[in-house]
Amino acid sequence: MLAFLSKRIALLAFTMLVVSALVFAAFEFTPGQVARKVLGPFATQNQVDILNEKMGLNRPVIVRYSEWLGNTLTGDLGFSTLYKTEVNSIIWDRLGNTLLLAGTAFAVIVPLSIILGIAAGMREGSILDRSISVGSIVTTSVPEFASGVFLASIFVIWLGWLPGTSSLDTGAGWSLWQQLILPVTVMVLYDLGYVVRMVRASMVEVMTRPYIRTAVLKGLSFRAVIMKHALRNAMIAPFTVILLQINYLITGVVVVEAVFAYPGFGRMLLEAALSQDVAVVEAAALFAVLVSVSTQIAGDLGYMMLNPRIRFS
Amino acid sequence: MSSNAAATLEPSVETRKAILELRNVSISYFVRAGELKVVPNISLTLYEGEALGLVGESGCGKSTVAFAIMKYLGGAGRITGGQILFEGRDMTKMSDEELRKLRGGRMAMVYQDPMSSLNPVIPVGKQLMEVPLIHSNVSEDEAYKRALQMLQEVNLPDPARIMTRYPHQLSGGQQQRVVIAMALMSEPSLLVMDEPTTGLDVTVEAAVLDLVAQLRQKHHSSIVFISHNLGTVVRICDRIGVMYAGELVEEGPIGEVFRDPRHPYTRGLLNCIPTLNADKRSRPLSAIPGQVPPILNRPPGCIFAPRCSDADGPRCTAAAIPTATYGGTGQHRVKCVRVAELPKHVRPTSTAVDTVANEFTTQPPILDLDHVKKTYHQAIGMFGGSGYDVHAVDDITLAARKSETLAIVGESGCGKSTLAKVLTGIELASGGKVTLAGKDIGNTAVEKRDSDTKRSIQMVFQNPESTLNPSHTIGYVMERAIKKLKQISGKEARVQVNDLLKTVNLPLEFAARKSRQLSGGQKQRVAIARALAGEPEMILADEPVSALDVSVQAAIINLLVEIQRKRGSTLLFISHDLSVVRYLADHVAVMYLGKVMEFGSVTDVFAPPYHPYTEALMSAVPIADPDVKQRRIILEGNIPSPQNRPKGCPFATRCPRKIGAICDDTPPPEQVSPAGHRIACHIPMAELATATQVVF
Amino acid sequence: MANDGVLALTWNRVRLLKESPVGMIGAFLVLFWLFVAIFAPWIAPFDPNANNMDALIDPTPSAVNWLGTDNSGRDILSRIIWGSRTVFAVAPLAVLCAYAIGCMMGLMAGYYRGWVDDLVNRISDIVLSFPAIVLYIIVIMRFGASANNIILAVIFISSPQITRIVRGMTLELREREYVAAAKMRGESALYIMLVEILPNARGPLIVDACLRLGYTTIAIGVLGFLGLGLPPPDPDWGGMVKETYAMMSIYPHMSLFPAAAISSLVVGLSLLADGMREISIRD
Repeated sequence: MLAFLSKRIALLAFTMLVVSALVFAAFEFTPGQVARKVLGPFATQNQVDILNEKMGLNRPVIVRYSEWLGNTLTGDLGFSTLYKTEVNSIIWDRLGNTLLLAGTAFAVIVPLSIILGIAAGMREGSILDRSISVGSIVTTSVPEFASGVFLASIFVIWLGWLPGTSSLDTGAGWSLWQQLILPVTVMVLYDLGYVVRMVRASMVEVMTRPYIRTAVLKGLSFRAVIMKHALRNAMIAPFTVILLQINYLITGVVVVEAVFAYPGFGRMLLEAALSQDVAVVEAAALFAVLVSVSTQIAGDLGYMMLNPRIRFS
Repeated sequence: MSSNAAATLEPSVETRKAILELRNVSISYFVRAGELKVVPNISLTLYEGEALGLVGESGCGKSTVAFAIMKYLGGAGRITGGQILFEGRDMTKMSDEELRKLRGGRMAMVYQDPMSSLNPVIPVGKQLMEVPLIHSNVSEDEAYKRALQMLQEVNLPDPARIMTRYPHQLSGGQQQRVVIAMALMSEPSLLVMDEPTTGLDVTVEAAVLDLVAQLRQKHHSSIVFISHNLGTVVRICDRIGVMYAGELVEEGPIGEVFRDPRHPYTRGLLNCIPTLNADKRSRPLSAIPGQVPPILNRPPGCIFAPRCSDADGPRCTAAAIPTATYGGTGQHRVKCVRVAELPKHVRPTSTAVDTVANEFTTQPPILDLDHVKKTYHQAIGMFGGSGYDVHAVDDITLAARKSETLAIVGESGCGKSTLAKVLTGIELASGGKVTLAGKDIGNTAVEKRDSDTKRSIQMVFQNPESTLNPSHTIGYVMERAIKKLKQISGKEARVQVNDLLKTVNLPLEFAARKSRQLSGGQKQRVAIARALAGEPEMILADEPVSALDVSVQAAIINLLVEIQRKRGSTLLFISHDLSVVRYLADHVAVMYLGKVMEFGSVTDVFAPPYHPYTEALMSAVPIADPDVKQRRIILEGNIPSPQNRPKGCPFATRCPRKIGAICDDTPPPEQVSPAGHRIACHIPMAELATATQVVF
Repeated sequence: MANDGVLALTWNRVRLLKESPVGMIGAFLVLFWLFVAIFAPWIAPFDPNANNMDALIDPTPSAVNWLGTDNSGRDILSRIIWGSRTVFAVAPLAVLCAYAIGCMMGLMAGYYRGWVDDLVNRISDIVLSFPAIVLYIIVIMRFGASANNIILAVIFISSPQITRIVRGMTLELREREYVAAAKMRGESALYIMLVEILPNARGPLIVDACLRLGYTTIAIGVLGFLGLGLPPPDPDWGGMVKETYAMMSIYPHMSLFPAAAISSLVVGLSLLADGMREISIRD
């Protein structure tokens, strides 16, 4: 177990190193670009050269990369050209807001998808199964911005029950939770269907296994068969899928935060991208990848815990 | 101890109490194509303390009957008529709650494939304890005690430790013992066993069958024993029912049915099973022509009539056939209009064979294995730098001559399939020399072999379901093989496809079909044709018939014999089935844990002196004849795992004739008789020669 | 007698689809949009980029502009019709390219194993460790927003996923006896991968391709909505929502109709995929 963990962590470090090199290569490889962006299209080549010199951009790539990496590792994430401040001074607040949004969504998705998936998968082909399956196909097929539009039309414009924007500012009379409902719902709708289908598929598969037959023919009630024999086996395969949703949630927050003007990490990334704010995008990209790779490790560990065949091999 | 069937004393029919009675039960599966009447109408009775064997080939409905008895047919299956009376109560009318109380309580089941029948994430102890917790309303402690005691009863060593194990940590034989223990936990009055030993190695099978026989005496459960293997039924059962295409065609006491089978299908089955005491020279196997008709297209009258050599025109095909009682005991029932008029069935018996057809022994060998080794490195853990070596094939020296059949026999893990992979070049030998027709091929991967070598050695594989590419037509498969192996153009190759189809007795229109439209036997025929495409000198056959039903198996074996006679090719036949090997082989090598334990002509190997392992193997094979006597040798323990292979003789850990520490410490010498019979054992050959025949 | 073409095999599957009602609904939706995209110039009542200033007074649906006009007075129906062309021009091409790369990488990794497998796995791991949106943002920021770059980004993101699927199936299929038979008669590795292995992986791959077309459609829409998509003024469903979203509270129809358009196409693709999956299980 420990050997496995250290291997995974080494792999994580390697992945992060390559990712950082890729990010660096994408944005800072060609020296002309950064200075040109800072100065705008109307600056003369001479001005660009001077700035290059000043920023040390004409030094060898490897030197600049090591310096950049060193800065990043020591927590110096650079200066945001969009927000006109240190990246460090904005990113953490935004992350907090996003954690609230994504965390709430995740907390809804996990139990709900397991319940729906198990309910659908325990009797394949039943009316309940068909309804849940088709329902989940439809919800995952509606892009977040579209479901945002649909839900806003109903609950904001037509019924007036909820706010159309979620600035997290309670001054306008909407409580924090009221502001969270729509963004969370949109994320849940989009993501839920996928996890439900994974859990269902796994459950369907488990229910055809001979050991389920053994359990039934032992005289266990259907409920006991599901709870004691099917559930744990059915959770092994989707476990990693569920954790991988964190990866999808990162994509989700960018869209949802744009739809509802939510002041989070995703909107910061988008705004920075639209205004070519390299430092913010770099920091956000590295952070997003770190989260996604760490979840993979957690997923592998959980998988090992759930599956005695691997635990004792 | 011989088969216990004949010895069991039965009370007279009238006084016996029926435990289970099926009255005109019909079972259907409902699928898209409509209703499949898998079992149209079956009636049978099981008396207290009795064991009834239900036999038949795949698709005959025997497992469906087994699950119908448990009233568990899955979503698509339904009992559409009749009554299933268990201890006098009709199960078809019971509520789920009533069924729940019966299942695992008064009636229990043992399954095929014990590994998948046990829950992989729950320790076996917990799974056992569930039974008394549900049915006997006892405390956890009491349930634990009972489970422990039951594990002891099924002869599992160190039961307390087994309780904490997960299923994957047990061997196949141990798993099946656990399943049997689970079934007996609540002292059921009815035990349904569905192919309980299928998939187990023959020595393990023998031990499990002995256990079942022994527990039967103790627990007095009635048994319904489902099997495709007539031999296992003979070992366990008092009565036998033969099923064909959903119908019970013959039923009666074991002795009566085997000594005087009245239904042509039963006779056909008995004629196509190779037995340990017959070979290809003493009697041919006769296959049953044709195949089981599809469920939606069953003929009127007798279902077997289209394949029956005794069929008598409209008498057999006009109307449904009634079941008639035959003989004096009133227990032998046959579903055949000609039951009384057919002559007594004569089972061809073996006659002693003087010598092997050894006219070729003077020729130089075409295949020569010289100290061949294959070692795999097994990594430990998920990434594992460390690990250990597995000696899958360890120092094998063998030779095969032109036109001869060399059989390699052994249980799973003995290295026989690895050896085949080395010969085909899919794996490379780690040591020694493999010479084929004078060329060293052991260290040449198949990609690097020259085209003549590829042509000269071809293979027939084990699994009919994966031997043909489902995306390709049969014609394409053959054409491609001819083209590549004979190095000719596709146009020329296409012409030869028909010849090849004829060689394996397949209709020419099969060229346009895909594998899913073929039966298992037909697929194996195509596979044989594909191997023959380049007219190879050497054909490797790795368990080519083990996945087939016996009637089909006989036809394929006959085809192999015929082709070999006609073409003079050499056949290397790999099998776990001693009866088939006995039938087909000229020379036999017995392998255990990567080593050849015994090698010789087929007559030498199947007569004393035996290697103790060969002796045990022969005594374990279930024989479908209650009159054949077999010495019983029980092997203790499991085949050792590859990483802790014994230092001395590989068989030392299980050998019933072990003579002492020398067996554990020193690899045995190979003793060779003047006739070339080799035995690797510390016991002198002269002493081994004093053993009596295992089968007589 | 010759080997059936992949097209014929696919067609067999499509014929079977009539047995799955869900799949039929999906097929209908997809074919509807395909028809719309092909015949856009003949169906669309107006030039999608023509500004009708009169309509700005009342942009709601009317007898002239069936679905109303947008904030620049452009006919929404015509823009939706032309917008379908964007999707059908970009998504299938991107998915096809991703498949070409993914299949080849997956086949090689699964068939050769060893260092080829390790290398392919490491590359896939790294690409897959990026949340999709981050990759899109980096590609678009670095290379600019254009149809080509969106296709490039889709290929970059999708091909490792396809690689994984194909690799998994190859690892299983390479152990089949017919592959051993092909090796023994001296077939080349390329023949074995493309003729013996790939055709037998087609079932799950067709289903996945269908789903992936849906994901790609969503991705194109999302990029458009975020302002990272095709540059205006060409109609693009996601972009249409973005441009009008600020006016949601007054004129919801401007956003609702394009949102409904993209949703119906993706729902169609997903239902079609589900129908295909259902059929492939029955085979």
